[in-house]
Amino acid sequence: MTPFDRDLAARLCADRAGLRIDPDKAYLLESRLAPVARREGFGSLGELMQVVRDRGEERLVWAVVEAMAVSESSFFRDPGVFDALAAETLPALVQARGDQPVRIWSAACGTGQEVFSLAMLLEEDPALGERSLEKAQAGLYSQFEVQRGLPARRLLRHFEKRDEMFALSPRVRQMVRWRRVNLTEDLGRMGGFDLILCRHVAGGLTEAARVSVLKSLAGLLDPGGVLVLGRSETLEGVRTALSALAGRPGLFAHPEAVRAAA
Amino acid sequence: MNTCLVVDDSRVIRKVARRILEDLGFEVAEASDGLEALAWCSAVMPQAILLDWHMPVMNGIEFLRRLRQEPGGDAPKVVFCSVENDLARIREALDSGADEYIMKPFDGDIVAAKFAYVGLAA
Repeated sequence: MTPFDRDLAARLCADRAGLRIDPDKAYLLESRLAPVARREGFGSLGELMQVVRDRGEERLVWAVVEAMAVSESSFFRDPGVFDALAAETLPALVQARGDQPVRIWSAACGTGQEVFSLAMLLEEDPALGERSLEKAQAGLYSQFEVQRGLPARRLLRHFEKRDEMFALSPRVRQMVRWRRVNLTEDLGRMGGFDLILCRHVAGGLTEAARVSVLKSLAGLLDPGGVLVLGRSETLEGVRTALSALAGRPGLFAHPEAVRAAA
Repeated sequence: MNTCLVVDDSRVIRKVARRILEDLGFEVAEASDGLEALAWCSAVMPQAILLDWHMPVMNGIEFLRRLRQEPGGDAPKVVFCSVENDLARIREALDSGADEYIMKPFDGDIVAAKFAYVGLAA
């Protein structure tokens, strides 16, 4: 890949999705974009980039940007966060919501392990599970993926074998609804949420995009709701009323809710 | 230091598992079938056992059933490690007294996570 093509790809990622591609991550461009070139029928990555440059076809531009936005994930990544959500946050939200469903958003969900981890937690607690969400998507994972983060008993409880893949049970799948969203665009139409997870996403954004995305997400949080970032991520530089929950790295809530929890 | 007995008829698997488990802070011993493992356990009961299913002489399930009847044999945390990846077989292993289950092939992260689930974090 020529330096010119690398710059073009990095600029498209920044402009369209606020993604920061550091120069030392240039190798990622080649490893992520080569499969895109093959899939789209180009003989080389250079040919793909030439067509992107000459024609600027939206579909191809987005194929490039989305390939760079994919992040690695695993079930119950950072177990301490899920322990805290299961023990405190989710029961409190369910109680506060009464008969209304609790709305949870896993922003930048990658391959879905985070949101399905939450759905499993809800399904395992009958008091929490009856409520919740709708719809479904495939929920198919490889043997390798289901061994990352899932104890055997949870695997047996929530999955069935389909050829060499493992399929999440319909009970868990139907708790989740999927939508393709560009976090850097207007998120107002998403409506309010009780719990928003956006972990290990902000670090890959340009500073301007980071501030703008986190501000939008904070604005979508209902009073009493909780925003979950990565353990070491903060709301620094973001104008928001949210403040950190003591002793819960990465968790943020409205000040009234923080006081109520104390 | 926690001890772990690696029971597998493949020398290569034992070697790979030993390296991973030693990195996790275990002292590792090896047995190549269930009978050899039982003899080892009646001499010194380990804290953990990484157990293959299909082995000559005595397979993993038979070993596990006999181990759990031994004095002190309910103490070791047993993590099955097998190419069997049907959920019915995994359930059979847990019902026979296993605490966790690893599907081969595995890597260091998977072994570390499974041992953490059974309370043997590095």
